[in-house]
Amino acid sequence: MTAGPRLYLVVFVVLLALTALTVLIASVDLGPLNTPLALAIAAGKATLVVLFFMHLKDAPGILWLAAGAGFFWLGILILLTMSDVATRGILPIPGK
Amino acid sequence: MAEHAAAHVAHQFDDAEQQQAASELGMWIFLATEVMFFGGMILAYTVYRFTYPLPFAHASQHLDAILGGVNTGVLLGSSFTVALAVHAARTGARRLLLGALGVTIVLGGVFLAIKGYEWHHHYREGLVPGVRFIPTGPEANAIGLFFWLYFAMTGVHALHLTIGIGVMTVIAFLAWRGHFSPAYHNPVEIAGLYWHFVDIVWIFLLPILYLVGRHAP
Repeated sequence: MTAGPRLYLVVFVVLLALTALTVLIASVDLGPLNTPLALAIAAGKATLVVLFFMHLKDAPGILWLAAGAGFFWLGILILLTMSDVATRGILPIPGK
Repeated sequence: MAEHAAAHVAHQFDDAEQQQAASELGMWIFLATEVMFFGGMILAYTVYRFTYPLPFAHASQHLDAILGGVNTGVLLGSSFTVALAVHAARTGARRLLLGALGVTIVLGGVFLAIKGYEWHHHYREGLVPGVRFIPTGPEANAIGLFFWLYFAMTGVHALHLTIGIGVMTVIAFLAWRGHFSPAYHNPVEIAGLYWHFVDIVWIFLLPILYLVGRHAP
């Protein structure tokens, strides 16, 4: 399907369905899976917006680089910080 | 048509295509800095949610997930109309361009109105740290942290959306004046990228703010 109103409408309907799905699933207790699932749905929705509404799908590589750099750096920010915060107190170091 | 495009090429560019590519790259780099800007708050949220999982779930129960979901739909709808507006600008469909921009601006206003209603509700419930905060007990401090982050993130997001509405109003005015053509419509494309980014921020705010405590005890 080429970029145009019909494709945008399909993407919009899928985005609405995913929104309804994530709100409904949130009230079901899935134990530790609730948060990863909600974030995965959000990442899927964001990917649809970036690829089709923002036309990254047909964009030159340099725009992929600029878009990827932001999220890559965000990953570093959160992963490295949490590798500290989440592992504090794991090792029983005497005198700590 | 070619003359119209040539009139809009600044002297540092070879042609209209190079100018368009440069402005899109510039916007994407700006959006990467915006990811960083919101990233600081998302990091603070991640650390505190890891530290206080249950208080954050209980705090989130004060938010109305249905209203949050409806507002997500409103914003997604506005992104759809922005995509239509960019398509209209590319094909020179002036009436569709004006109509799509008009609906976008209205939907942005609807989002802000619903957001404002929610904020007013939090104030009446006494959930605004530093202004009117009623919760007491062992979880009160952590619930206060959640609402600090909530107001910071939704507030900065609403500020971005307000700026977006202003930008779209200017774009609509220029379109009404016949400023754009299929050969030259950079501002519509660039403003559209910004609007979609603000939409993406909200796509992530919905699960991390509204959907945390729906299943919690």
